[in-house]
Amino acid sequence: MILRERLLEGGGLDGLFLSDHREKRDLAGIVGGSRDASVSETLAGKRVLLAVGGQMAAARAMLALDGLVARLALVPPGLAPEHVARIAADSESQIVVCDAEGLSEGDLPGLPRIDIEAAAKASAETGQETGQATEWALATSGTTGAPKLVAHTLDGLAGGINKAAAPEPGTVWSTFYDIRRYGGLQVFLRAMLAPASLVLSDRHEPVRDYLIRAGEAGVTHILGTPSHWRLALMSNALTRLAPRYVRLSGEIADQTVLDLLRTAFPEARMAHAYASTEGGVGFTVEDGREGFPASLIGARSGIEIAVRDDALYVRSGRTGRRYLGTAPEPLMAEDGFVDTGDLVERRGERFHFLGRRSGVINVGGAKVQPEEVEAVVNLHPGVSMSRVRARPNPILGAVVEAEVVLRAGTDAADPAALKKAIIAHCRPRLSGHKVPASVRFVDDLPLTSGGKLVRRMP
Amino acid sequence: MSLRSTVHAEIAAVAAEQEKRMPPITDDLVMLETEFDSLCFALLVARMEDLTGADPFSEMEADDLPVTVGDLVALYDRAAARKAA
Repeated sequence: MILRERLLEGGGLDGLFLSDHREKRDLAGIVGGSRDASVSETLAGKRVLLAVGGQMAAARAMLALDGLVARLALVPPGLAPEHVARIAADSESQIVVCDAEGLSEGDLPGLPRIDIEAAAKASAETGQETGQATEWALATSGTTGAPKLVAHTLDGLAGGINKAAAPEPGTVWSTFYDIRRYGGLQVFLRAMLAPASLVLSDRHEPVRDYLIRAGEAGVTHILGTPSHWRLALMSNALTRLAPRYVRLSGEIADQTVLDLLRTAFPEARMAHAYASTEGGVGFTVEDGREGFPASLIGARSGIEIAVRDDALYVRSGRTGRRYLGTAPEPLMAEDGFVDTGDLVERRGERFHFLGRRSGVINVGGAKVQPEEVEAVVNLHPGVSMSRVRARPNPILGAVVEAEVVLRAGTDAADPAALKKAIIAHCRPRLSGHKVPASVRFVDDLPLTSGGKLVRRMP
Repeated sequence: MSLRSTVHAEIAAVAAEQEKRMPPITDDLVMLETEFDSLCFALLVARMEDLTGADPFSEMEADDLPVTVGDLVALYDRAAARKAA
């Protein structure tokens, strides 16, 4: 399957569009139009890094390059230059497709560049033997700071999508996510494989403006994380939206957010999906209740779900194939199961999510490794040791809290001021969502028999 | 300090720490039309829980969802009243 070829051959593109906060383009114009044989030749069979600013540019490049290049590594927006360089190295990219918003002049020296406007005119020679299955490389949301790259096939990425069903007439997809992230890419592919129109978001656009724009564009199908939705629920622009299908993924969907969305959109079909960059789309729950039915454990068509040692394991053609980079760790066990690291607990006929085994904290979709924060907290002269954990939060699902054992002799006459000082010490050293929202002083912290901090929630 | 002035002061404090420019904080201010983003909101709610012991967001009806600063003050007011009752 080649995306652009499928769109051209399938037809039915009349009236379909892609839009973002700046422009609206006909889908037929994006995949049709004149092609540039020389730029196609330059890119054919190459490993390509896609480092553009906006999502419209990313969408156009994906449609032009799928089936032409050997590997397409997607740089999500807002990454630090050293992480972009890491993705370029791990993906062994030979050429970067970029624009001024996506890549600064001095970045990635030595790597040849092709401007997005030129690259968007490239195309696989459809129907020819030169066409090849492009490997897609997606960045994880990053636990220890540097994102990991996961290799996928297009067929695997699209494995959870029913490609045989004709789209409901008038379907317009949208997502709060960026389409260069796994969740957003699912929406991009759903729209392109239907085919249907797609409204792209922008990370700098206020929620209210996005909701109004999505409403005006007639969005019917929309995906966000529970955190995206909690924020949208607080905007009076939410009433501009009249979706037929509301989807949540990327974080644990709790009963509160599901109930609030049900009240806001009584007529809409509602689904929370369990998916990750490594594990692919696991399953979708549509009964409006948190957690998932125990009956999903086991093998169904194309996917097998297992619970081992209280964690969820997934085996299917939709999981990532492997990690990229030098000496990558194995993505799946020898039996083909991917360990998701998500802990679950069975209560009656339902499983509920407890959080991450590693203690990784999910702050509104951004992952925080506790050890990274502890290392910074521990640099404060008053701190003897610390343990960083998730503090439940109704807006972002969780924020970071540090439990601190003070050094003997530390002046704690004004505990509030000392807590503030520790947080202020972290702020210039950590990105915003990693800075502890609160500090608690404790007398000691429990250690395992092996001398490690006890991390598992009691 | 009254609950209103606490809410106003904490919004200003969080915004300052996160380097967000805010218009003057009044009850009419619609928070999502400012630079006050989801992380700011999450920090505000955590601090208000530390200060008041109440987290009205966790048990909320759709009608309670705050849009303006005044809505937010009212939400904490009702939570405080429930605790006192």
